[in-house]
Amino acid sequence: MIAPALETRGLYKSFGALVVANSIDFRLKHGARHALIGPNGAGKTSFVALVTGALRPNAGQILFDGAEITGMPQAARVKRGLVRTFQITALFRRLSVLENVTLAVCERQGIGGGLLRPSGHYRAAIDESYALLDRLGLADEALRPVNMLAYGRQRLVEIAVSLALSPKVLLLDEPAAGVPTGESSMVIEMIESLPPDIALLIIEHDMDLIFRLAQRITVLVQGKVLVEGPPEAIAADPEVRRVYLGERVPA
Amino acid sequence: MISLSALVSIGFHGLAFAMVLYLISVGLSVTMGLMGFVNLAHGVFAMVGGYVLTSLMSRFGVAFLPTLLVAALATALVSLPIERLLYRRFYGGEELDQVLLTMGLVFMSVAGATYLWGPLQQPLQPPAWLSGEIDLGFRSFPAYRSFLILCGAALVTALWLAIERTRFGARVRAAVDNLRMAQSVGIDTSRLFMTTFALGSGLAGLGGGLGADLLAINPSYALQNLAYFLIVVAVGGLGSIRGPFVAALLLGIADSGFKYLLPEFGAFFIYALTMAVLLWRPRGLFGRA
Amino acid sequence: MTTIRAVDAFARRHRYKPLEALPWVAAIAAYFAFPSYLALGAQILATILFALSADLLLGYAGIVTLGHAAFFGAGAYIAGILAAHGWGEPITGLLAGAGAAGLLGLLSGLIVLRTTGLPLLMQTLVVATMVAEAANKASFITGGDDGLQGMEVWPIFGELRFDMFGNTGYFYCLIVLFLCWLAARHIVHSPFGRSLTGIRENVRRMHAIGAPVGRRRLVIYTISAALAGISGALIAQTTQFVSLSFPSLERSGTVLIMLIIGGVGRLYGAFIGVPLYMIAQDRFATAEPVYWYFWIGLMMVLVVVFARGGVLGLADRFRR
Repeated sequence: MIAPALETRGLYKSFGALVVANSIDFRLKHGARHALIGPNGAGKTSFVALVTGALRPNAGQILFDGAEITGMPQAARVKRGLVRTFQITALFRRLSVLENVTLAVCERQGIGGGLLRPSGHYRAAIDESYALLDRLGLADEALRPVNMLAYGRQRLVEIAVSLALSPKVLLLDEPAAGVPTGESSMVIEMIESLPPDIALLIIEHDMDLIFRLAQRITVLVQGKVLVEGPPEAIAADPEVRRVYLGERVPA
Repeated sequence: MISLSALVSIGFHGLAFAMVLYLISVGLSVTMGLMGFVNLAHGVFAMVGGYVLTSLMSRFGVAFLPTLLVAALATALVSLPIERLLYRRFYGGEELDQVLLTMGLVFMSVAGATYLWGPLQQPLQPPAWLSGEIDLGFRSFPAYRSFLILCGAALVTALWLAIERTRFGARVRAAVDNLRMAQSVGIDTSRLFMTTFALGSGLAGLGGGLGADLLAINPSYALQNLAYFLIVVAVGGLGSIRGPFVAALLLGIADSGFKYLLPEFGAFFIYALTMAVLLWRPRGLFGRA
Repeated sequence: MTTIRAVDAFARRHRYKPLEALPWVAAIAAYFAFPSYLALGAQILATILFALSADLLLGYAGIVTLGHAAFFGAGAYIAGILAAHGWGEPITGLLAGAGAAGLLGLLSGLIVLRTTGLPLLMQTLVVATMVAEAANKASFITGGDDGLQGMEVWPIFGELRFDMFGNTGYFYCLIVLFLCWLAARHIVHSPFGRSLTGIRENVRRMHAIGAPVGRRRLVIYTISAALAGISGALIAQTTQFVSLSFPSLERSGTVLIMLIIGGVGRLYGAFIGVPLYMIAQDRFATAEPVYWYFWIGLMMVLVVVFARGGVLGLADRFRR
């Protein structure tokens, strides 16, 4: 039995009386297209923070490809291939698109802290960044400062930066959030075209997006896993409808 | 060994100093915590209060208590246009902008004070009824410092009651806790900022005037005392109202103590202790994470 | 339109451009054009190094500090104390100043860099005030209020004496500045330097790409402190005097002003802002110090409100 790409066992985190993660057992298969949904405040972003190492859990385990990473700092997890994007675009605002991606590539290659040679010397890293941008249709804007791009394109750069880190598991935190409707198809198509060997966990509110992309859905409510299964089962589940639509009995 | 008498002295003078430091610094704590604005020129308000007090008393012979009130009000009034016209554009903005802006104001205040009052220190002549000593039998205490402590205690109590019991205080606490939430609940944060700023500046003016014989009134006042004011706020915790009081107490008593016991080292140990506290609690003793 | 050629340009950003020779040509020309101002000239050159070191922190790493003068003062006092106590060899004095300041930077950085923003700012101020207080109280070795007296700096390489016309001093400062500038320029264009701009622009994202942010900040803080120490030692050695104004809050403030005037984060802001400020100060401040303070303060306020990018920022706007 191959270990899942990402797994949590009994993951627990509380802030005083507020429990954001209540013994979450979760498994993400290799190459998965998995969605994490739930009402506001369900703890989805906290889950991502816990898994990526931005937050320390009170109890429980996190395993990456079978190996325990619960105590590992964020940077070490990234080096192993556990990468995330942010719900609100977090890019190097005044730097160019190419620079944004090159910084990520350099860190991945371990040359990010080099002091001896100028950064231009590492032509391979720059070429790799440019090629990635080209593949994603961002090559035309490579030298523009990233904060001058349309917001939808910025979300694409965010994904490009995460791809530059050669992720094995990619956590997309509301990739279409804040994107004007005209540009959201760009984002969705980009996600659809991601390589099949990367395991994807998408947090989203947009149901159309989820049903289009996900093969498996986990529903999180108040820090607990309510139910998990394929999209059709989740859509039909009365508990899920109650949680999203209130106490009204569905027609 | 330290005698009991020396300990009492240290405690007494430390407490008086703490009152002055707190009155001056509480406004700064709220400004930094509520508006996200590092006001390095806060000491200027204390200085203005000090100059108003000493000028009115020495040149115009106005009585002490009314002058204190005038000093506080004048400072609060002066602070209003500064907040409205200058500071408000930089709330929550880049620190560098705030540092340069307020540093510029400090420099201008140094020049202005030198021009208006000359470079020398303005001595404070306490009124006759506060000069001399109060004899409590077992020992006597300087009258003015005793007044400082009592007056300070009364003001602090009034301030805390206002924060805890009034609607205004509730609004301040809500806004410090969660600004966006406070705005969505309908609190006019713009006016709240203005009022708290004026209140904090007025208190600073009052503290500067009251403490004129502890912190000498001279043109470089804001620069000389900046470190102490920032220490009170940093150790107390940004945005906290009570935290700076504890910090002021610690600082006041430590300052008195070290000056008495180890004068050759000056304030060096105070700074070292501050670094140690901040190492342990980077957000201050009562700061929020 | 981006082509492969534009990417080539990206990869060649670090190459030297002809315009970069300008400051050095100007400095040499100034030597011949203003022979009676060499002492001021040497001070300007040394202060450019100080501002350059502050720019590495401020403009590149995004660390706002109110205590940079602590490193300046540490370097100055160490070099000065050595020269006043029998060891006047200038180059080793310079290195000792760099070492002391760098060590101070490393130790204080370990504490101070654990936070960001306002707490960090306040902590840098406390550290600087601590250094100033130490210099004040240790007056038996620093000279305290009166300043450090009795410095005797030996000739460089045993041959080039520091004369009272300032010839040796000027070129001493110029060459040291040049070497340090080469180093700073190299750092800025290295992958390390580029990652600093990433830290400045978005720390969260920097963590999320696996960069060891804390370590990078500490390294640049230490390097910057060492460079500031060198600049302090230069001033000490060329004026043969160190005073309590060296590690003062005022000096930390004025270096920020000088950088802002020239433009922060562009490596050359220091070369523009420092001469402008110091020449103006030389002309106006000695005459009417009160007015000087007022106008500088007013200018700072106006720059922040209207012209944040400094001279280089305005030049940018004209170019577009």
